[in-house]
Amino acid sequence: METRFYGAGLAKLDVGGELPGNLIVIEGADGVGRSTHIELLQGWLEGQGFAVASTGLVRSALTRRGIESAKEGHSFDRTTMSLFYATDLADRLEHEIVPALRSGFVVLADRYVYTTMARGSARGLDREWLAKLYGFAFVPRRVFFLRLDPDELIRRTLRRGGELDYWESGRDIGLAPDLYTSFRKYQTLILGEFDRMAELYGFTTIDASRTVEEVQAELRREVANLLDPSLLTPAVDVADD
Amino acid sequence: MGLQESHSFPGRLIVVEGIDGSGKSTQLSLLQTYLVSEGYDVSFTEWNSSPIVKDTTKRGKKKNLFSPTTFSLIHATDFADRHERSILPPLQAGLIVLADRYAYTAFARDAARGCDKSWLRNTYDFATRPDLALYFRVDIDTAVARITGGRIQLKFHEAGMDLGLSPDPITSFRIFQTRVLEEYDHVAEEFGLTVMDGTRSVVEQQREMRKLVKPILKGLRRTHAPRPTPISAAITAAAATAVRSA
Repeated sequence: METRFYGAGLAKLDVGGELPGNLIVIEGADGVGRSTHIELLQGWLEGQGFAVASTGLVRSALTRRGIESAKEGHSFDRTTMSLFYATDLADRLEHEIVPALRSGFVVLADRYVYTTMARGSARGLDREWLAKLYGFAFVPRRVFFLRLDPDELIRRTLRRGGELDYWESGRDIGLAPDLYTSFRKYQTLILGEFDRMAELYGFTTIDASRTVEEVQAELRREVANLLDPSLLTPAVDVADD
Repeated sequence: MGLQESHSFPGRLIVVEGIDGSGKSTQLSLLQTYLVSEGYDVSFTEWNSSPIVKDTTKRGKKKNLFSPTTFSLIHATDFADRHERSILPPLQAGLIVLADRYAYTAFARDAARGCDKSWLRNTYDFATRPDLALYFRVDIDTAVARITGGRIQLKFHEAGMDLGLSPDPITSFRIFQTRVLEEYDHVAEEFGLTVMDGTRSVVEQQREMRKLVKPILKGLRRTHAPRPTPISAAITAAAATAVRSA
């Protein structure tokens, strides 16, 4: 893929103009099925002979523990949070994503700069500041945005026996006294940010209210068009997974 | 507000900048003793000390995981946390905040590591503009002499050892900090830092520092009447503190 950065790029890291691999990002709220779809895509692509690596938010060796323990604390200020997440992404770009792309891997990223920008922005941080902060990040080959209405997201989370997460409910910014209302308001804010970014950054928006099979089939069609259209013949059979 | 505009908090923010061996921490410590003896409420914060980030920085340094970008970002994270917890509240409460190193350290040091200058300025754009920012300027020989004199421990990143400039820590320090000094000169001009001649005696510098601080204290509340401490006694006390923190 062509290597373009959102800004000045990474200091002291020469990546040249072209990398043999492909960075594909899956964005969307917790509970829309990001990890399921990444797993399915990975299995399918590997079955087709591709080398696939996956990476996700807060998985960097450098910052994982630090961010987790900061989230357990009482005060994790929005600016601090954005910068900590930026550190995590920069570390993963340098230590995981770039090396994998250099070796020709398809890298499937479970969220990218957009989630952290949306979180910062929903907390009142300046969007331009956030966008410049992430000037070190690569422009991915494609971003798929799994879009789901907050009400549907709540039902899906709860009927699986899940709980509404403290941070995913924006409890730190005092939107509402109760968890349900807070979650709904916060996720509506986040969705608004994503819809705005979808246009700005050219996301491929995928309707995530459909079945896993339907969503996966659409993702495969899109990914095949990107990597190798012949992947689509014979017809995609998701039932095998 | 941010770095470009004056703040409107009732407190005052005084920061010191300079490379290791410039004497900035000694001078800030002396100033603190003086301000307290003058009856002011003072709060102190230093670079790289946030409890949220401490373990990450330690891990990164120990396992040499940092690149110029992540090194820069983790210090920005540290700064953001301290800005929120240790700088803004005392400024809002009307205290004098003394900061040992500030955003300008990142502008000089991270730029010397190859980070983009306008990216760095954007990253720290949330920082409150200090009422007084003193840059303790020393030549590289003076800094090296102070460090090899054993008063200061040479640190891996401070010596730029991560950049592979030289296997010898002192040589590496010399090359890296010469770059940092050049950057500091640009930063001092760009942000209007007050340049202090860090090669003069401790007493001379402290006298000048107090003179510079006085005008910005106007209108600030004191909790008690001044109980002057002679500079000589203050220096003894500060020297003890400096040794402890090194």
